[in-house]
Amino acid sequence: MSATESPDDILPDLDEPGSLPFWQGCAVGELRVQRCVDCELVTHPPRPMCPGCRSIEREWIATSGFGKIWSFINVHPPLLPAYSPLAPFPVIIVELEENPKIRFVGNLVAAPGAPINSVAAASISIGQRVRVTFELVQDVTLPRWVLAD
Amino acid sequence: MRDATAIVGIGQTAFSKHHVDSELSLACQAISLALDDAGIAASEVDGLASSVMEPNREVEVARSVGLGDITFFSQVGYGGGAACGIVGHAAMAVATGQCDVAVAWRARKRAAKTSRPWAQVSQRVADKSMWSRPFGLLRPVDEIAMLTRRYMHEYAATRDHLANVALGARRHANLNPNATMHDKALTRAEYMNARWISEPLCLFDNCLETDGALAVVITSAKRARDLRQQPAMVHAFAQGLPQQHQTMTNYFCDDPLRGPAWTAARKLWGTADLGPKDVDVAQFYDAFSPLIPLSLEGYGFCDRGEGASFTDDGQIEIGGRLPVNTSGGGMSEAYVHGFNLILEAVRQIRGTSTCQVTNAEVSLVTSGEGVPTSALLLTKER
Repeated sequence: MSATESPDDILPDLDEPGSLPFWQGCAVGELRVQRCVDCELVTHPPRPMCPGCRSIEREWIATSGFGKIWSFINVHPPLLPAYSPLAPFPVIIVELEENPKIRFVGNLVAAPGAPINSVAAASISIGQRVRVTFELVQDVTLPRWVLAD
Repeated sequence: MRDATAIVGIGQTAFSKHHVDSELSLACQAISLALDDAGIAASEVDGLASSVMEPNREVEVARSVGLGDITFFSQVGYGGGAACGIVGHAAMAVATGQCDVAVAWRARKRAAKTSRPWAQVSQRVADKSMWSRPFGLLRPVDEIAMLTRRYMHEYAATRDHLANVALGARRHANLNPNATMHDKALTRAEYMNARWISEPLCLFDNCLETDGALAVVITSAKRARDLRQQPAMVHAFAQGLPQQHQTMTNYFCDDPLRGPAWTAARKLWGTADLGPKDVDVAQFYDAFSPLIPLSLEGYGFCDRGEGASFTDDGQIEIGGRLPVNTSGGGMSEAYVHGFNLILEAVRQIRGTSTCQVTNAEVSLVTSGEGVPTSALLLTKER
């Protein structure tokens, strides 16, 4: 287990076929989003039908992995047991550089592999440029974010 | 359905942190009190509406209270967004003739498993929380704090604005002997020094957790005229689920700060012959303080970004431009998924609030912003 890992971590269910390609992408170092094969509308989180043209032909594409902080919070107790020892820790939302309407909830860390409480919330501001990195937690690779530039 | 039905009875149990009675008992007590208030026999009740999260099934409630043959029963989803929808569904059923006397209710105990779904989450999540909880965005307060930070950034709102909401609710609760916080003052300094829960939200930006039950009785406007209470006419009702909305974690649409309130408001004002300027008093769902500025904007009391400054100078307190949450609301009276706000909206029409707006004739009540929501516009008989 990594430094940030707990057996009680909440993790995505990898038996969910509609979202599995996202997590498979993380495992190979790609931050992916879903795109409609027919009209090329990009959507995230994924869904079984394109809300633009109602096609069910879905595909996954790699993003740039760069974005800006859209919002952030600093989480304090009371928390679930797995997360209490890490508090306070920041959580951020990132808007994707090439498509700011695509956003991801995630964690800003000091360096790849650093724990989710490794950056002080006081140092975070909306608009900071970030790039994706990845961390293996149990059998799931989660996207994390580090400051870009 | 405009003015076709009225709320003619209200009932509530005491609010408590630890009720001994079961949720079923609490529900039955609140319904019984509401029927007595209305002067309607239990055997006349033929319609029921409740929350999808309600722990008590219609069959158990009806068997205990001694209700009649039920010809309409319905449940409304989305937690704090449901309350006005529950009453609205009951009112629609009466208006369309599917039943003649409907009861809408909510019973809740804070320690009950169904009350805190966020704490029941399993270690592997397959639903929409897959995109937030693995990153430590765990609780409802975290989900709303994220929108709050963005709102403060876009519109230069401050913690002082959020404090205005918390302090206003507390002052109103201090007038309400049934309020959990009736005897507890709250100062701006206490607010500013309170511990963080999910920064930028502190302890006092959060609602209470309460055991209790509330119920209302709804019947036709025609019948209401012959009953003992001043009727609160259901002038307009709306639900709202905007396109591309995601409940609570509404971060994945074009404009996350334009929430379900906007959708419900469009239908509410579109079906009413009244507008925001006609509203004498408002009960806005307040699980978290930032929902008040968002609701002020969504329901058209000010422009976008002006909801925060609308809370300045006592404008949302009794005697102000728009008194808000006059019972103390979810933050200082009780948090029963916003159902207590509906009873306070009725009391304002009756003239029996402990924080009464003089000659209140138009009373707005809303359910949760940030989730698929609902709203009711109640009026005196005109």
